[in-house]
Amino acid sequence: MGTQFQPIAPRPSPVRQSGPLVWARRNLFADWRSSLFTLIIGAVLVWALPRLWQWVIAGAVFQPDPNACQAARGVGACWGVIAEKYRVILFGRYPYDEQWRPLVATLLMVATVVVSCMRVFWTRWLALIWVASLAGFFVLMGGGVPGLSKVRTELWGGLPLTLMLAVLSLFLAFPLAVLVALGRRARLPAIRTISVLYVELVRGVPLISVLFMASFMFPLFVPQGVTVDVLVRVVAGLTLFIAAYMAETVRGGLQAVPKGQFEAADSLGLGYWQAQRLIVLPQALSMVVPSIMNTFISLFKDTSLVTIVSLYELTGALALALNSDVQWRPFKLEAYFFITLIYFSGCFAMSRYSLWVEKQLAASKAR
Amino acid sequence: MPEQSPAIIRFDKVNKWYGNDFHVLRDIDLSVAKGERIVICGPSGSGKSTLIRCINRLEEHQQGVIEVDGVELRDDIKAIDQVRKNVGMVFQQFNLFPHLTVLENLTLSPMWVGKLPKKEAEERAMQQLKRVRIAEQAGKYPLQLSGGQQQRVAIARALCLTPKIMLFDEPTSALDPEMIKEVLDVMIELANMGITMLCVTHEMGFAKAVADRVIFMDQGQIVEQNTPEAFFNNPQNERSKDFLSKILGH
Repeated sequence: MGTQFQPIAPRPSPVRQSGPLVWARRNLFADWRSSLFTLIIGAVLVWALPRLWQWVIAGAVFQPDPNACQAARGVGACWGVIAEKYRVILFGRYPYDEQWRPLVATLLMVATVVVSCMRVFWTRWLALIWVASLAGFFVLMGGGVPGLSKVRTELWGGLPLTLMLAVLSLFLAFPLAVLVALGRRARLPAIRTISVLYVELVRGVPLISVLFMASFMFPLFVPQGVTVDVLVRVVAGLTLFIAAYMAETVRGGLQAVPKGQFEAADSLGLGYWQAQRLIVLPQALSMVVPSIMNTFISLFKDTSLVTIVSLYELTGALALALNSDVQWRPFKLEAYFFITLIYFSGCFAMSRYSLWVEKQLAASKAR
Repeated sequence: MPEQSPAIIRFDKVNKWYGNDFHVLRDIDLSVAKGERIVICGPSGSGKSTLIRCINRLEEHQQGVIEVDGVELRDDIKAIDQVRKNVGMVFQQFNLFPHLTVLENLTLSPMWVGKLPKKEAEERAMQQLKRVRIAEQAGKYPLQLSGGQQQRVAIARALCLTPKIMLFDEPTSALDPEMIKEVLDVMIELANMGITMLCVTHEMGFAKAVADRVIFMDQGQIVEQNTPEAFFNNPQNERSKDFLSKILGH
């Protein structure tokens, strides 16, 4: 006995080694397997990069000159096709002289989305901003007010259409998805059955057929003389489709909220909607941010399917621009690179944003 | 003993089943006087948690009558809300809301259910946090606190309802031994305030210190009830004797 507790004195952590050599050894040549892979990948790059350079830059034609492009086929890319056709690709069949309107509308929409992503703007005013921005978008695109000639919705196309379809259907689908997810867990059997039926029906059919039905069958059910704009029908179709998937994602989050949380909410006297809104949904949704963003991203790209009901959004407008033009048709690939870049920047931004949101949520839960 | 003041909780021939054949509460008759402090103990699965969870309708009973502060608990949401306003509950697993700060956990119900202005709700919350000696943690999130601290926050949250009755469902069972005392101390203080308390616990020291009555349950029935001295020193029933020898024997 008599021994006293002697805490071990704290020691500094080992000195961090750095420098390119240390980095390379640790990350590229740690053992023989990683060395082997490093060498293989290095060889592939040595082989591919010069060829890529040749096709993309050195041998490429940048002027909108079909003859030069024809001559460079197989050697270099023809970026001239973009210079020649970008307005049709971006704005579809929208009247050429009025194309500043879709441009401004697109910028307005993008700006609103960006603003909504920033924390400082998360106030009551944001709803107002959205109302104003959407109104601005539709007035700019549709016209029909003094100073802006009327442009029928069939003529809308390209990037603004893609953005509008994606943004609007996400906006509408999200609350619907939450309601359906809650509905599947509701006590009333009728509500539960309706929710299950809806999800299973919509998930069981491809988006294309939903769009077809929205576009061609829906008019059969409304009284004669009443016409519903094709855009409304398509937005409705996209919304219903995506909401079914999102509902299942949200339901997954709801299931992950421990039972004790519901009981605590009950014991504090919170009503059903209060408990859902204040306790359950904030936790459930924060758990499923990555999968919800997944749905957003896939919807953004799925808007390209509306081409089949004769709406020329970005992808459709590209086909419109090139299919009928014999001179430029061979250079579709380059044009596709162009819209790939647009789609990619949208999707990449979304996925980075989702990571940021996750970090914010994690920060508030940090131990 | 109980009957001199009017009953605030009354169970009359209450029966409850889980599923078809697990008879978890059997013919429970119980009357709790205003201000009475009751400790409920018994082996696991004896129905003691279910019993107190019936008082604020976290569990529904199928037969019999439960009356809390003059309101009968039925499928009537108004009645249930009425009762829940008067009954605070503390859970074994704390059940704090992890996405809200300690202060927000406490002001939630006063603001949304009690319709109190934010400022008043916060004043009340700080008062209760001081009572459980944790006011300096008001801005933290629950998961940043130790188990004992979390449970004290949970007690403060229940007290923010200004309840007439407090229910404790094994409040110290999920805690490390060195944190049990800080929670029990707070509970003893509450008991001395005169609030009606029903506590499911195996902390026999607590029972001896504050309980007016100890109820022993087994297999869904109230087997024995008595003052703590009588119950611990001279248990009448074989099952109680057996149970006491097990929990006091080690």
